[in-house]
Amino acid sequence: MEKKSNVWANVDWITISIYLAMMFIGWINIYAAVYNEEHKSIFDMTQQYGKQLMWIGAALFIAMLMINTDSKFFVSFAFPIYVIIIFILMLVPLIGTTINGAKSWIQIGSFLLQPSEFMKMATSLALARYISSYNFKMHSYKSLLTLAGIILVPVGLIFLQNDTGSALVFGVFLLVLYREGLNGIVLFFSFLIALVFILTMVLDPIITVSILTIAVLVINHLMKKKIQRTLIAAGLFLGIFGILYLINYLLQGTIKPVYFLLIAAILTSALTFIWAFVLRKRSLMIMIAIYLGSVLFAVSVDYVFHNIMEQHQRDRINELLGIQSDLHGAGYHVNQSKIAIGSGGFFGKGFLQGTQTKFDFVPEQSTDFIFCTVGEEWGFLGTMTVIGLFMGLLMRLIFLAERNRSKFSRVYGYCVATILFFHFAVNIGMTIGLAPVIGIPLPFFSYGGSSLWSFTLLLFVFIRLDASRFEQLSF
Amino acid sequence: MDTFSKRKFIIAGIMLGIAAIFILRLFSIQITNKTYKQFATRNVLRKIITFPARGLIYDRNNELIVYNKAAYDLMIIPREVKSLDTTELCRIVQLERQDLRDAIKKAKQFSYYKPSIVVGQISPDIYAPLQEKLYKYPGFFVQSRTLREYPSKSAAQTLGFVGEVNQRIIDEDKYYRSGDYIGVSGIEKAYEKELRGIKGITKSMVDVHNRIKGKYNEGVEDTTAILGQNLMTGLDADLHAYAELLMTNKRGAIVAIEPATGEIILMVSAPTYDPNLLVGRQRSTNYGILDRDSINKPMWNRAVIGRYPPGSTFKLANALIALEEHAITPFDRFSCSGKGTKPISCTHSHVSPLAVREGIRESCNSFFWNTFREIMSYKSTSAESYQIWRDYITSFGFGQKLNPELSSEVKGNIPEVSLYDKWYTPGHWTSMTIRSLAIGQGEIEATPLQMANLCAMIANRGYYITPHIVKAIQDTNRVYRELKFDKKVVAISPEHFTTVIDGMQAVVDETRTLGATVHLDNIIICGKTGTVQNPHGADHSAFVGFAPRDNPKIAIVVFIENAGNFGATYAAPIAGLLIEKYLNDSIVPKRKDLEQRLIETDLRNVVQVKK
Repeated sequence: MEKKSNVWANVDWITISIYLAMMFIGWINIYAAVYNEEHKSIFDMTQQYGKQLMWIGAALFIAMLMINTDSKFFVSFAFPIYVIIIFILMLVPLIGTTINGAKSWIQIGSFLLQPSEFMKMATSLALARYISSYNFKMHSYKSLLTLAGIILVPVGLIFLQNDTGSALVFGVFLLVLYREGLNGIVLFFSFLIALVFILTMVLDPIITVSILTIAVLVINHLMKKKIQRTLIAAGLFLGIFGILYLINYLLQGTIKPVYFLLIAAILTSALTFIWAFVLRKRSLMIMIAIYLGSVLFAVSVDYVFHNIMEQHQRDRINELLGIQSDLHGAGYHVNQSKIAIGSGGFFGKGFLQGTQTKFDFVPEQSTDFIFCTVGEEWGFLGTMTVIGLFMGLLMRLIFLAERNRSKFSRVYGYCVATILFFHFAVNIGMTIGLAPVIGIPLPFFSYGGSSLWSFTLLLFVFIRLDASRFEQLSF
Repeated sequence: MDTFSKRKFIIAGIMLGIAAIFILRLFSIQITNKTYKQFATRNVLRKIITFPARGLIYDRNNELIVYNKAAYDLMIIPREVKSLDTTELCRIVQLERQDLRDAIKKAKQFSYYKPSIVVGQISPDIYAPLQEKLYKYPGFFVQSRTLREYPSKSAAQTLGFVGEVNQRIIDEDKYYRSGDYIGVSGIEKAYEKELRGIKGITKSMVDVHNRIKGKYNEGVEDTTAILGQNLMTGLDADLHAYAELLMTNKRGAIVAIEPATGEIILMVSAPTYDPNLLVGRQRSTNYGILDRDSINKPMWNRAVIGRYPPGSTFKLANALIALEEHAITPFDRFSCSGKGTKPISCTHSHVSPLAVREGIRESCNSFFWNTFREIMSYKSTSAESYQIWRDYITSFGFGQKLNPELSSEVKGNIPEVSLYDKWYTPGHWTSMTIRSLAIGQGEIEATPLQMANLCAMIANRGYYITPHIVKAIQDTNRVYRELKFDKKVVAISPEHFTTVIDGMQAVVDETRTLGATVHLDNIIICGKTGTVQNPHGADHSAFVGFAPRDNPKIAIVVFIENAGNFGATYAAPIAGLLIEKYLNDSIVPKRKDLEQRLIETDLRNVVQVKK
């Protein structure tokens, strides 16, 4: 017989404390972000801060509900839950409501729910269930295909709803798969491609190629500790680039410098590769291949973007990635967001003293850009607190996941941690100009019932699973 | 055992790595970099300028001649503009679609999130329907402004006009910002500092939509607008309108001065224009039209920039100098044989020989040639005598700027000895050489204002007060501050004025034409006609005069360009009517015909008839 008191004794109060602290800090920052002189009470239900308190209340109810649910339920019903939410997602294009260009909401009475939010939990459950099954072997074709299916079906459906941000979240499951044995090369290349792509799009191919070149030289040096050879390669690269650049300058040519970098990279790589081939230095050959591949990828991304695509396609991609160098356009938001956070200084302007967020210079200041209010009113201390809370939570979740003997619980725990991490990284990254502006909320901080509940659900299912870590959860 | 357990460190490492990058970035933008603080202040700080109403201008009877009326600028903040129905907006504000598009484009080039003017100076009747529809046009709003209104529609060149400041003014005077108004000419320019008041600045915090959210720094740095100061002038608005009516279809100028005070009662330049044309949206169009009118040159204030030979009116000055210098006595007579007289022929036959009183009455060229010759032979050399004569003339106000207000005023020209020395070599010129000066012709040039001033000086029997338009300024506390003006006394004995004034009275009372057209039964008018030969066409018609003879109230000059006839025909009766109107308030019925005839006479294209 299982007693309720056992459950409460085994839940992880550290996680719950961090969770409560985040919601509370989020709530008072929402109050500051949309503070309204005419509705001074933080409990005013006509305002977002009043409503957020209601959402918090409902979230706590959901949390209790999860803790009081039998943990075996999640294991048994992992696939049915997944299928049901997939089904609801498929209904969204038919019965959904469009908000901010994304037709991803379902209206139930006066409530708006975003099924894609709940899809994260459902997919996590399904992944945990599948990976923890006996016949699962990470590198079998069947398993990989099934995993791809579990992840990509919701991604496709969410993409169709024009909700790119939520769809991209699912990419973070690669980290979970990595933890469960996926070859690190997959992770490495995924990361490299994403990095090169974003660097090229957000910054400039010249910068990307430069960073790649410096990185490969530094890595090579760290591995081989032979400064002369590294310097020879660097000199070769700079020499070729310099000569080409000078010729172009003297002839007053109009060729873009990025192509000189490309030629320098190709020639240097080719010479080094031949040298490595002759001396049978295999690791160096691989490194050069990866480097040259990345450089070619960066330049071709840039070329395709600027020379092959039509303007409307470019606009669309810029919009999706939130890239726009024009300070009046999309870049305006990032700039204003940085101004808000930057103007906070070390101690911040003080509670309710922020002007940039309150006066609407920052868009979506209570939802996607809530971090701006933290930065403006609480300064560096505030932003450090938030980052500290997130790191505390994530580290705690990894610790909890690892202490579970049940594979199901562990996989699910990693799913929770990585999803929260992705939101954290992209949301805060976009407010400080380090990530493209894709509209995803900051978990437990951003205003909104749907996201708060889905994150609560996500987290507390794991807390419930963790509370049962001494039980036999296998099936 | 889980073989991949160690990968937790890599995953945790990635997370901590990202967090570390964020911490570095936040450290950089929140602590190291101070520019974000400045950007933030610039974001929210909006200087809102309150424009004080420009000062009012009153005439001598306390009648308003310049005041302000409400006008509205349609403003745009391009960033906030949503889909735009240009057709309807154009219809409401009465603008061509292309013009609106151009204005919006220009605004975008200036700034996406700062307001700029799309359509300036919208009148209240367009504003009313616009205000109703404005909710349909996010990004557009209306800012109120004041515009000048000139109810009497007269004295355009004297009052001047107000226009937008140009870049040069903005660079020179920090007070002005782009879009501000400034007095461009006339009184509006002369008293710009008094009229403009002081702009108020309110520093407010605004949100991204430019909506005011509160005072910046609790309003410590705010200043309130201070109203412009009102000007009290000596102008007579009704008389002005009447003078301009009489000058219909004529080119020329009228200046009237109150001799005792130097207040300018009239300063008319014809052809003129309605000063209201240079107000509002059509200002630049109208300005272009007026400015390009090279035939009529309506923008010219002929009263102060017209450089005319004074003609026979100048004989008064010569008579005074001759009497004072004892070159002649009131009883010295010179003979005249009419048109055959040498070296200067006389225009008509009259009694001969004649003394100064009759000389003035008959405007006898012969008499004044002889008089001038006497003046010029007073000293041993012509140059010395000329210098004495010139000193007198300049002491009467000629050859210099008289009015401190109108920057366009010219000095006129009374040649220096050196000019004649240069032309004729020293010692080789005599009164004969420069005989034209005897009858106000030749090299001398005077403005109508200077001629009126001469007349005022004679009316005052020996002094004049600097002629001025504005006599008092009503400051911000509504207290009148009377302006002080110099009194210039000339070195002519009072009895000589009596002699000359006798002659002037005789001009009006004893000559046939003026007796019929200028003479009034109840007021003694003293005057002098002039017919001015000039190189530009038919003769100018001039008249200077004052009235009443004792305790004069008005000294006046009427100067009509190329009227082609004796001053007696046109300039004198116009002056007569103005004096009558000014002193009697109305024109006697029997002179209504004359008035009508003068109004209807078109003297713009007179061909000189050979006499």
